[in-house]
Amino acid sequence: MDDLILHMRGISKEFPGVKALDAVDLRVRRGEIHALMGENGAGKSTLMKVLSGVYPRGSYTGDILVDGHVRAFSGIRDSERAGIAIIHQELALVPELSVAENIFLGNERTRGFGLIDWGRTAAAARDLLRRVGLEEDPTAPVAALSVGRRQLVEIAKALSKRVRLLILDEPTSALTETESDNLLALLLELKAQGITSILISHKLGEVTRVADTITVLRDGRTVETMDTAGGGVEEDRVIRAMVGRDLDHRYPPRTAEIGPVRFAVADWTVDHPTQAGRRVVDNAALEIRRGEIVGLAGLMGAGRTELAMSVFGRSYGRYVSGTVYKDGRPLRVRDVGDAIAGGIAYVPEDRKELGLILDDDIRRNLTLAALGRVSRATVIDPAREAVAAAEMSRSMRVKSSGVLQPTGELSGGNQQKVVLGKWMFAEPELLILDEPTRGIDVGAKYEIYLIVRRLAAEGASVLLISSELPELLGMCDRIYAMCAGRITGQLPGPEADQESLMKLMTQTGA
Amino acid sequence: MEAIRELLRGNARQYGMVIALAVIVVLFQILTGGLLLRPLNITNVIMQNSYVLILAIGMMLVIVTGNIDLSVGSVVAFTGAVAAVLLTDVGLPVYVVIPLALAMGGLIGAWQGFWIAYVHIPAFIVTLAGMLIFRGATLIVLGGRSVGPLPDSLRMWASGFVPDVTPDGPHLLTLALGAAGAAALVWIQWRVRARSLRHGLPAPAAGLTAAQSAATVVVVMLFAYALADYNGIPVVGLLLLVLIVGYSFLMKSTTIGRRVYAVGGSEKAARLSGVKTQRTTFWVFVNMGVLSALAGLVFTGRLNAATPGAGEMFELDAIAAAFIGGASASGGVGTVMGAIVGALVMGVMNNGMSIIGLGVDWQQAIKGLVLLAAVAFDIYNKRRLGFGRGGGVPAFLRSSRGRPDGPPAAQAEPPEPPERPEEPAAAPGRGR
Repeated sequence: MDDLILHMRGISKEFPGVKALDAVDLRVRRGEIHALMGENGAGKSTLMKVLSGVYPRGSYTGDILVDGHVRAFSGIRDSERAGIAIIHQELALVPELSVAENIFLGNERTRGFGLIDWGRTAAAARDLLRRVGLEEDPTAPVAALSVGRRQLVEIAKALSKRVRLLILDEPTSALTETESDNLLALLLELKAQGITSILISHKLGEVTRVADTITVLRDGRTVETMDTAGGGVEEDRVIRAMVGRDLDHRYPPRTAEIGPVRFAVADWTVDHPTQAGRRVVDNAALEIRRGEIVGLAGLMGAGRTELAMSVFGRSYGRYVSGTVYKDGRPLRVRDVGDAIAGGIAYVPEDRKELGLILDDDIRRNLTLAALGRVSRATVIDPAREAVAAAEMSRSMRVKSSGVLQPTGELSGGNQQKVVLGKWMFAEPELLILDEPTRGIDVGAKYEIYLIVRRLAAEGASVLLISSELPELLGMCDRIYAMCAGRITGQLPGPEADQESLMKLMTQTGA
Repeated sequence: MEAIRELLRGNARQYGMVIALAVIVVLFQILTGGLLLRPLNITNVIMQNSYVLILAIGMMLVIVTGNIDLSVGSVVAFTGAVAAVLLTDVGLPVYVVIPLALAMGGLIGAWQGFWIAYVHIPAFIVTLAGMLIFRGATLIVLGGRSVGPLPDSLRMWASGFVPDVTPDGPHLLTLALGAAGAAALVWIQWRVRARSLRHGLPAPAAGLTAAQSAATVVVVMLFAYALADYNGIPVVGLLLLVLIVGYSFLMKSTTIGRRVYAVGGSEKAARLSGVKTQRTTFWVFVNMGVLSALAGLVFTGRLNAATPGAGEMFELDAIAAAFIGGASASGGVGTVMGAIVGALVMGVMNNGMSIIGLGVDWQQAIKGLVLLAAVAFDIYNKRRLGFGRGGGVPAFLRSSRGRPDGPPAAQAEPPEPPERPEEPAAAPGRGR
């Protein structure tokens, strides 16, 4: 019998309409590094939120056993008291406060009556920083630290709470290679000190390097738990476990005639908007033909959205270099207006925040990107607008009480159709779709696929960003894979399979 | 019945305010023993509130973009002071001073719009600074004294009347204008209905439109008659009419207005739809500056002097008018007519309470309660309809607005709540 520090047994969790976790099992042995892998949306983060009490008892079913005893946490403080700490991808530090203040935030060293004992705080902070190998003045503000160092401060903070089980969610996704190596080394050292870790990561290389056990989740279920101790695990086996799902949606057949190259992006490099020098898209190049649907695959943080948004009129990040070509000639895309004028449309991933004006009705949303088509000398023709909106709404099969219904009242699938309709109305030549079917039910998905196919058949070029590999394989004529801001390769759609794609998507080095 | 309910549901806020205005008018008509609706008093209400009405139009646009302007009172004082000095001390003619003052208002608006739209300093702070800056500038220009009296040519604009075609009897021109206005309104109502029907859009029943038209004719003609019975149409009333019609058209029927609403409704979505959001915000503030200058000229002309304390609290009257008139504190919602109705609610209450001899202390407190009640109703209404965005937190108090480099996509769809958005990844030199 293994000595389990944690056993999550038959955990199920539902969100309205979706089963996010379905009887998941997770067994973590004391003192090991346990990797949790899976595609975006497989349920990793949900599982960890159940464990840490973000989703309190009662909101899920199943048991959590810590040291063999059933525990149910009602909040993060509760799980912290049991020695479980989670470090999120977005760090939970207050940039304006000092390192020491952050470490003891909510857990201050006091003299009683809420008076902070600065002497003890500084001394304890120095001890903890030494343990995580960070040479930093405890009084320095966190804002002055690099992301890698902030991560170490987070770990120090966890250690200050006498953590026994440390959960790291994608800890290296924002780090440089050296920083990643240091962090992994620290995990091994903490393991030697008897601290158990759960490591959520998309990077196969680092997982196989440090993990003792790998559990793979897929579609909210535990697929497989592998032991790396007995001679190591082949990366292919992990990839197979991550993607090995049947094509469970149908895709409309290809009908488009693929023509010559229409759009091309060359030498495209973009920096993070606020962190100077952090490259989010690195020297990317791709081309899209007339009538072609091109996929862009990548795991979280690969830079797909950043690439797409920056091409769409530099609406993301700090432009470094690169050119967009249309029919072989450079295209000026200095702002979104230029991009639209150049025939580019972008359907954003977050339709509520970025795609729609929720207070406004369907009609106004549909015509916003191409008001010129329903107006003369800036005066909108209300009749022409109403007719155009009603026609578009019908051809998109938006289910609504009429084009005057506010889009905030529509379902996710219908909202997405309105966003798509808005861009169809602008008559784009290149349509960039960013996760167009996320959070949409199967029926609406199929309708969206039909619309995309129709557009391609009419001669438009489509760039489809998706985290669902079957969707890419089912829809695309050609698929590019991205990892860490670079395009790591391309595969012809009909010949690609999930394993070969996943290999490209996890290929951090050249 | 279903149609009426649907109609009310969509426009509950606006209808609510028109009804509230009617109730307030009737209430004070009774309380003042019929003094409120005397022709002289109606003319007075218009002229007393003309500058607030002008400001309320501009403020409505500002609030629709999700911003606020606290500086308008000081800008009114400053432009009025400069105009007065130019007219009296320098001796420039009025047809030079008016365009100069308006241009100066535009420049002030450009100054504030620059900091708000392009530097992304919250409007609350920029215009708070503007409030201090231009109050100070007023004191400097005036040197602490009042400047007046002013030439008749300016006063005519603020307190004159449009001359009649015939020398005596009731004011025929006013009645003719009233009839023309009523006819135009009725024509628009029926045309809108016909259009809606033709395109299969929901439209009120014929009876309902007929009732609406009848009410329009009665109200407009009574109003015209009241004005005609006194001195006819005040010049500033005509100016207001032009502004109201013009700005209503701009906001309702042009791509410019549509873009202003889009910026306030969702700045990010508007930007990703090709709206030049920064430029839009900038011009809305320029417009506010010009209208502030116009209000400054009217106010100074009416007072026949520029004073250091002119325009104090005007910004609050204008803001209150916009919110009472249905503007949403989170931006994207509001109409010019709404702002006018809101300003009239405040104006009628001021006037009525003064007539019945209620002290300024009580007036302030009651106006405050009315403002609170109107906005509370707005938020309650929105929540009932199921999309109370941000619980009515004013957009201008949120800090992250208008960042052109905001992070991409914050994903919050049900099937995916655990996963995060594309987190920008990886530094260069990651290859090995």
